[in-house]
Amino acid sequence: MTTRIIATGAYAPGQVITNNDLAKIVDTSDEWITQRTGIKERHVSSGENTSVLAVNTAKQLLERAGVEAESVDLIIVASVTPDYGTPSLGCMIQKEIGAVNAVAFDIAAACSGFMFALSIADKYIRTGVYNNAIVIGAETLSKIVDWSDRSTCVLFGDGAGGAFVEKSETDGIIKEEIGTKGELYDILTEGYTSCSNAFNGNESGTDPLWYVNMNGREVFKFATKSVVKSVERVLASAGVSPDEIAYVVPHQANVRIVEVISNKLKIPYEKFYMNMDRYGNTSSASIPMALNELNEKGLVKRGDKILLTGFGGGMTWGTMLVSW
Amino acid sequence: MVFEKIREIIAEQTGKDESEITLETNVKEDLDADSLDLFQIINDIEDEFDISVEDPEAIVTVKDAVDFVESHKN
Repeated sequence: MTTRIIATGAYAPGQVITNNDLAKIVDTSDEWITQRTGIKERHVSSGENTSVLAVNTAKQLLERAGVEAESVDLIIVASVTPDYGTPSLGCMIQKEIGAVNAVAFDIAAACSGFMFALSIADKYIRTGVYNNAIVIGAETLSKIVDWSDRSTCVLFGDGAGGAFVEKSETDGIIKEEIGTKGELYDILTEGYTSCSNAFNGNESGTDPLWYVNMNGREVFKFATKSVVKSVERVLASAGVSPDEIAYVVPHQANVRIVEVISNKLKIPYEKFYMNMDRYGNTSSASIPMALNELNEKGLVKRGDKILLTGFGGGMTWGTMLVSW
Repeated sequence: MVFEKIREIIAEQTGKDESEITLETNVKEDLDADSLDLFQIINDIEDEFDISVEDPEAIVTVKDAVDFVESHKN
């Protein structure tokens, strides 16, 4: 028994911010951003919070899967930018779609979040606890980006993407791996809130570490190495060679990272599906948004071998080999 | 030996011919490499010689890389 993706969905806020728009607020240029990242534009919320993006994605998933909300067993959302500390985005989705029989929760694994969420859903389904799940990555990174920092604000965007998965006796997840390297946690951080209370005299207010903070070189190094090793392990344990892969859907952080990964894995660059030119890095939403686009374009057919692979803050990584 | 290997790594990453790369070559300016190319060149050098480069900004010319490796490798 395994777990199969039977529908994909995605939602991004309507407002599009181009590199030229960014050049008006920070010292940068379309040429600089494009050359170093491959990003041309990104969607930035005009006010919709993460739950709005996540709920729209969930509704689309139900419609495309042809499933009634009451039949949903599990809702897992990956996000580092939820609306609240509590409730979880999962519970907010449960209410909005009326999935009254489901259990819902969120997980945080940054840009690898969707891989972690899918891995968890797979375990519940594989062990027979549940029959299906809505798995979503949703972010409004625009609220944790320092819009005066040209080294980071050009990289990120808002969006949500997801998959409806269910028990399968045939195609589905073949092999997967998730991993973490906590010793590197401080090379990529966001959302820090200091401990301020009535009895310690610490100042309240936004800490500078609230915003995305990263050591570019270390993240680049981690990303290229962790993904390459992880994909090699997953393929080896599945007994699948790189030339059997129809598409790789990588985390959409930077085309330059994907070039290195493609080169090291000897998987042709054309097999890497990318849409970061139009969405930027949407963290946990990036893999499902790209996967949804690949699916909507009809580029994958039943039985195709697809690799999903991501890396991110924590540091975390996750790779999944899927028979579509 | 170190120079030849580093030259090979830089040529592969920048897409330049090995004959264009000498000890005096400034990686960023002479080879049109940006910071991400330099990251990758340093990553490959670290892997090749099993060393760790703490300050990539200190490596400007090919000679800087060769000297660093010569003084740090076992």
